[in-house]
Amino acid sequence: MHSPMRTPLGRVRGLGSARSGTHHFFLQRLTALGNLILTVAFLIIVMSVLGESYSTVHTTLANPVVAVIMLLALLSVTVHMRLGMQVVIEDYIHTEGMKVALVIGNTFFTTVIGLAGAFAVLKISLGG
Amino acid sequence: MADSPPRIMRPTSPHLQIYRPLITMMMSIVHRITGCALYFGTAILVWWLLAAAASPSAYATFSTVAGSWIGRLILLGYTWALLHHALGGMRHFIWDMLHGFGPKERVLLAKLTLGGSITLTIVVWAIGLAIKS
Repeated sequence: MHSPMRTPLGRVRGLGSARSGTHHFFLQRLTALGNLILTVAFLIIVMSVLGESYSTVHTTLANPVVAVIMLLALLSVTVHMRLGMQVVIEDYIHTEGMKVALVIGNTFFTTVIGLAGAFAVLKISLGG
Repeated sequence: MADSPPRIMRPTSPHLQIYRPLITMMMSIVHRITGCALYFGTAILVWWLLAAAASPSAYATFSTVAGSWIGRLILLGYTWALLHHALGGMRHFIWDMLHGFGPKERVLLAKLTLGGSITLTIVVWAIGLAIKS
């Protein structure tokens, strides 16, 4: 192991990840905390417009504070659900091709959800 | 991506069905199921936002579907899944702080997660129905 003929790179290879091993775990927890706070705000927003007319809902969502909360929630939730579903796919899908396809599909789905939601919020708050 | 090269087929340990169901194990499975349900349920949230951004008629369509009995049933289920997953997440935070691993604590936490999510769902819907009427 301590052969002087080995280069530093050669020694590092096989020693595991370059300190990014906990990145998935950490981001999952970080967004979980974000979701916890934003879900409470989201529930209050939804409750306040329950059964209200289109114009009331529109005006509420156009409010800058509400719009920013919705945008933050969409970001935190979609990052969180992408990480979570990736783990589920890797746990249960054992054929390589299907696994890769689903992991790609997972990224596509969560991106579409996040961007479509953000577009709707921005259209309401900026364009009317 | 957790990948490894093909290996020799070795004997594997038995899967879930061999074990006696425990509440901690059930809550772990339910945490994952609610997570998956919430994943696809975000489509409802985006439909709501897009309908509000599109037009009064698009919003009326959403309101009709969401207000129907099946729509309400799905939203009730979604509320519970959201609250259960949120409480389950808080349980994970407790574990992350190295607490709640004892035989009594972990069962108590599992029961609190389930009881709490059902209670909170009832509270949220009671408030919601009170506001609406």
